[in-house]
Amino acid sequence: MDSARVIYKRPFSLGMLFLFLILLATMPLYVQPYFIILLNTVFMYIIITLSWAIFSGPTRYISLASAAFFGVGAYVSAVIGQVLSLPLFIATGGLVSFILALFIGLLTLRLKGIYFIIFTFGVSELIRHFILWWEAKFAGTVGRWVVAVDHTTVYYVMLIIFILALLTAYHIRRSKFGLALRSIGEHEEAAAHIGISVTILKTITFAISAFFMGATGAIMATRWTYIDPGIAFNPLFSFMPVLMAIFGGIGQLYGPILGATILTLLEEVLITEFPYYYMLLFGIILIAVILFLPNGLVGLIEKLGKRGNKG
Amino acid sequence: MFVTVLDVIIGGLISGGIYALIAVGLSLQYGVGRVLNVSHGEFIMIGAFATWSLYTVFGISPLISLVICGPIFFILGFVINRAIFEYLRSKSESIDAFAASSLLASFGLLFIIQNVALIIWKADLRGYSYLDSSVSILGAVFTANRLIALLFAVVISLSFYIFLTRTRLGKAIRAAAEDPVTAQVMGVNIHRVLAICFGLGALMAGLAGVLISMMYEMRPTMGLEYTIIAIIVVVLGGLGSITGSLVGGFILGFIGTIVTYIDPGLSLIAYYVIFILMLLVKPTGIFGK
Repeated sequence: MDSARVIYKRPFSLGMLFLFLILLATMPLYVQPYFIILLNTVFMYIIITLSWAIFSGPTRYISLASAAFFGVGAYVSAVIGQVLSLPLFIATGGLVSFILALFIGLLTLRLKGIYFIIFTFGVSELIRHFILWWEAKFAGTVGRWVVAVDHTTVYYVMLIIFILALLTAYHIRRSKFGLALRSIGEHEEAAAHIGISVTILKTITFAISAFFMGATGAIMATRWTYIDPGIAFNPLFSFMPVLMAIFGGIGQLYGPILGATILTLLEEVLITEFPYYYMLLFGIILIAVILFLPNGLVGLIEKLGKRGNKG
Repeated sequence: MFVTVLDVIIGGLISGGIYALIAVGLSLQYGVGRVLNVSHGEFIMIGAFATWSLYTVFGISPLISLVICGPIFFILGFVINRAIFEYLRSKSESIDAFAASSLLASFGLLFIIQNVALIIWKADLRGYSYLDSSVSILGAVFTANRLIALLFAVVISLSFYIFLTRTRLGKAIRAAAEDPVTAQVMGVNIHRVLAICFGLGALMAGLAGVLISMMYEMRPTMGLEYTIIAIIVVVLGGLGSITGSLVGGFILGFIGTIVTYIDPGLSLIAYYVIFILMLLVKPTGIFGK
């Protein structure tokens, strides 16, 4: 029926996954520091993309508010990072984004399709400009310093958030909860008629996905050590997860992960020397995927797999 | 006091005229074709830079650029619609699915156009001075280029409005916006109309870019700002309503000028607040059904 169950039935894949996690966990012991910094960026995009897909994948509501949740998390760690311990302020970052998402979710219940997309974008930009104005007016600054944390710690925090997000996504997909979400995506009115509390379900899932984005923002801010609204609420953090998830394919759990990994690595290779060419290439890839690969890389892999089985 | 009021009124008219012009183009693309074209602002940016290049390299007046840019942008929009959105439309299961995928495709266009412009023109601020002598209207002082931009924005918007209401093609466009299937049954070549609408949207953006370049400095990343303003205006007036976009443009222009007068830092915030309130209270806009 769906991938999660198929993976579950194959202990081989589960074992592979476990080995891979052990490999990731021991990584800082034997690789170059540069590689850890690179992996941190990869993880950041993977988590944002994966948590975007937790909500937007099954429900088909395209959210452009990721930057808001990510940025709020980053600002939480800038404001209380000096006072609280690391795990505490990371969790707070996630929690504040969670609450914000509950609030936005309750506001946007009436909005569907294109209206939902532009609303989430508007909210995100409103928060960015509001903080920009507030900081200049009342704090008298543009940006804030964040307590610095070493790369290995950032790496482990990222890894933990990633595993939590992955487990959450996996369990949501396999549960009745996930089935209900998919039925909202298929036909919302019908879902409501068969007794699914559409509103509560959508809002809670939206908030869960925001939690991981907020936590990621909180830890990423410590890596940057300095943030301003332009960095923390960069609209690219709203666009990238959508593009990465669609590039990878949202039909399977590994799609967003694959998409985020490939595009982040591509960015890493190209952005320092040819930043404009990278974004240009990005645009071309995006259009090509939408036109010719509507199910992303996952769709392509499945198609090739089927062909392989037949032959 | 009188001069301040006059300042705000004329200032509001000037930004309102530009906002109306850019919103009408976007509204046309969404209202008829269901493409929420987030690369709309990029066409404005290209229009502005093309004018700048024509002026600084060849000494061609921006007003002549209007005539040069118009047809080129129309063809550009026409071709883009044929190459991308036509194909996407034929493959989409439903109109909602098409609206979402075309929005994403237009993000791709945004990245492509913006970065090609960055490669050609670099990231610096550019500007030129054209007719920048001051004109005093009852004590309120404006540069001549702003008043000319306002004049042209109004003329272009009005002639477009007359085209929509008085000509055969205009009626076909409105019919297609109202109900594409019935329009097709009545003999409207829907594919041609959709392509023309997209071309006209690009044309309006290009012309707005020419006018904007006479007044403000420009950089290749300025497009998104204008796209956002256009989206806010279109939501304010009602998605797909041409009259709504014209009126909404002037409303937003006035609000912007008044808020800027109070605290310049608040103008964008005011725009977003209006936008969000509108979506929450009446998502279909002032003129929406």
